[in-house]
Amino acid sequence: MQHRNHLGDINTVHQVKLIDKGVVDIPMLQIMQPDGSIHSDATMPEISQELAVKMYRTMQFIRVLDERMVAAQRQGRISFYLASTGEEAASVGSAAALSDKDMIMSQYREQGALAFRGYTTEQFMNQMFSNEKEPNKGRQMPIHYGAKELNFMTISSPLGTQIPQASGYAYGQKMAGEEAVTICYFGEGAASEGDFHAGLNMAAVLNCPAIFFCRNNGYAISTPAEEQFAGDGIASRGLGYGIKTIRVDGNDIFAVFEATRKAREIALAENCPVLIEAMSYRLAAHSTSDDPTGYRSKDEEARWHAKDPIQRLGNWLAAKGWIDPAEDEKYLAAKRAEVLDELKRVEKVPVCSIEHIIEDVYDTPPWHLQEQLQELKDHIRKYPDAYPKTASRVKE
Amino acid sequence: MAKMNLLQAINSALISAMTQDERVMVFGEDVGHFGGVFRATSNLQEKFGKARCFNTPLTEQGIMGFANGLASQGSVAIAEIQFADYIFPAFDQIVNETAKWRYRSGGQFSVGTLTIRTPYGGGIAGGHYHSQSPEAYFAHTPGMKIVVPRNPYQAKGLLLASIRDDNPVLFMEPKRLYRASVGEVPEDDYELPLGKAEIVKSGSDITLLAWGAQMEIMEKAAEMAEAKGVSCEVIDLRSILPWDVETVATSVMKTGRLLISHEAPLTGGFASEIAATIQKHCFLYLESPIERVCGLDTPYPLAHEKEYMPDHLKVFEGIMRSVNF
Ligand SMILES: Cc1ncc(C[n+]2csc(CCOP(=O)(O)OP(=O)(O)O)c2C)c(N)n1
Ligand SMILES: [Mg+2]
Repeated sequence: MQHRNHLGDINTVHQVKLIDKGVVDIPMLQIMQPDGSIHSDATMPEISQELAVKMYRTMQFIRVLDERMVAAQRQGRISFYLASTGEEAASVGSAAALSDKDMIMSQYREQGALAFRGYTTEQFMNQMFSNEKEPNKGRQMPIHYGAKELNFMTISSPLGTQIPQASGYAYGQKMAGEEAVTICYFGEGAASEGDFHAGLNMAAVLNCPAIFFCRNNGYAISTPAEEQFAGDGIASRGLGYGIKTIRVDGNDIFAVFEATRKAREIALAENCPVLIEAMSYRLAAHSTSDDPTGYRSKDEEARWHAKDPIQRLGNWLAAKGWIDPAEDEKYLAAKRAEVLDELKRVEKVPVCSIEHIIEDVYDTPPWHLQEQLQELKDHIRKYPDAYPKTASRVKE
Repeated sequence: MAKMNLLQAINSALISAMTQDERVMVFGEDVGHFGGVFRATSNLQEKFGKARCFNTPLTEQGIMGFANGLASQGSVAIAEIQFADYIFPAFDQIVNETAKWRYRSGGQFSVGTLTIRTPYGGGIAGGHYHSQSPEAYFAHTPGMKIVVPRNPYQAKGLLLASIRDDNPVLFMEPKRLYRASVGEVPEDDYELPLGKAEIVKSGSDITLLAWGAQMEIMEKAAEMAEAKGVSCEVIDLRSILPWDVETVATSVMKTGRLLISHEAPLTGGFASEIAATIQKHCFLYLESPIERVCGLDTPYPLAHEKEYMPDHLKVFEGIMRSVNF
């Protein structure tokens, strides 16, 4: 790496030699097989019973949350939802390998990482109902979580923007002498944005301790990966930027854990970025606004159902005797009840009072925003029925 | 004539354009087999093949750069940006490239055959990033036209005219009306003029000016005002750039009052430009200050969407302020 692009170091050839894909064969790390058994020659990461069970329960919780919230959206109780079904191991396994001090910058399908950090059912609900208890003050669509105390940066919908931001955040962590990295999640679709290229190149050149974690789930809404890129996935690009790269089976939580653990170790020890490409499949619809029957087959979905990451870890845990499969139903039932109870409770919590509409645009609202708020309040007082969410609390 | 919603009218225009001219190509994120996230490009790939209607990788910057190159070659490029909120990665390609291509080459090269289609606007619980109305950013850029239809009939005629106009056109589609707005649309090919406003309803006391989805709001507010005995002239600007000063000024000289409304924030919104121009043209005819009823100067909110929107009640209040001045 010390002789970047230095012409003097380049070997010459005297016939045209095309460097084509396939020159570098990027393998995929797999530790646990789809049936839950461990490859005989694999090195199993050190994972305690407590951690393994926490990973498993977090994945189960997210699965329950996703099912319930998709249903809640269908019932018209929330406006939008986006499930991570089939991809739970990627976000939970990677988050499990991090320190709580590490910053998470996510795309939107990483509720598993957030739940692993300790975000509660109530907090999930507050965000989805955009209510006044939600720290982002109900300003964004459902699933755009953000929790400063958990080092989870508030999600932004424009794709790919968090990638160069992660480079900058990680650089700041390094400069401040923090023993922490930034993990940046994104989809294989978002990796087509210019921000991906800018972000990875900058992280490499400026030696930023960031982990770029690509969830390659085969689709960007309706667009299959074949129509997204012609190269060997996202991993092959890491090499081009001079970034150490790992491709991993995204449905194998042990492989994801180990890849991320290793990536973090390298990022901190060498002050450099690492790229991880987790191969998985978006079993869910893109979001509640989408219907995948128009662009993919039931057969294809069935093939991936068979690789379910939760079942896989469940089999391993059961074989190990670390969980009692009979407990599963109890746990799931309890979580379903918890989600439903919180949902019913939280949907009655009001949205922020109208004063909040002008807050946080700047550090303090300038005169023109105060003026606009005053006009708005006068207007709402005149037509309270038209603004039922805020009218009853508009005073003076 | 056939009953169509706004999406079907757009689809019908695209079919017309692609049938009539083989050089027409339609592309963007998810527009291929799937027909776009709103289904505006349904069946185009089946009808015209994968080479003429195709998915692009997920990169707006790439889509617009590609579209610029394609159009400069002489093909007719119709690029879709999935949401106007996501047009900003392509800002450089549009502002510095699309809009200046002809000028910087002394007219040797141009991207006049380019049309950018993008859904804009709020009222769909879309929060910051599925609701914005960014027309004013582009109106500050000489070299491209900006067109916004208010209903299916307008959408088909204006889109066909935009595709065939020899200038790059940003065609902004009011997504709140995609399915909600239904009307009679000719199945045949037709065009409506660019740069021409339309008087939707004539009146004598005040001129109400808007475009796109906001037209519905203006008509509703006008009804409320009429019930109070205020006669409203309602105008759809249709083209933001270049805009029809003559129609607006003539109307204001008649009514003596003007109210302009858009969802985009007040400050630096296109209403400011209109107000400045009209006060110059109509200074001695104005009976009251020009009213602007617009979005607040905040990002587009979610929980407070209803409060943020320049709805018919706020427009009505604006009308009454103006006539009671
Ligand atoms: C800049 C930008 N362009 C377009 C969109 C609309 N959009 C939202 S999600 C999505 C697909 C993303 O696919 P991918 O990155 O693979 O993530 P996945 O949904 O598969 O997890 C698109 C096109 C957006 N949010 N931002
Ligand atoms: Mg994807």
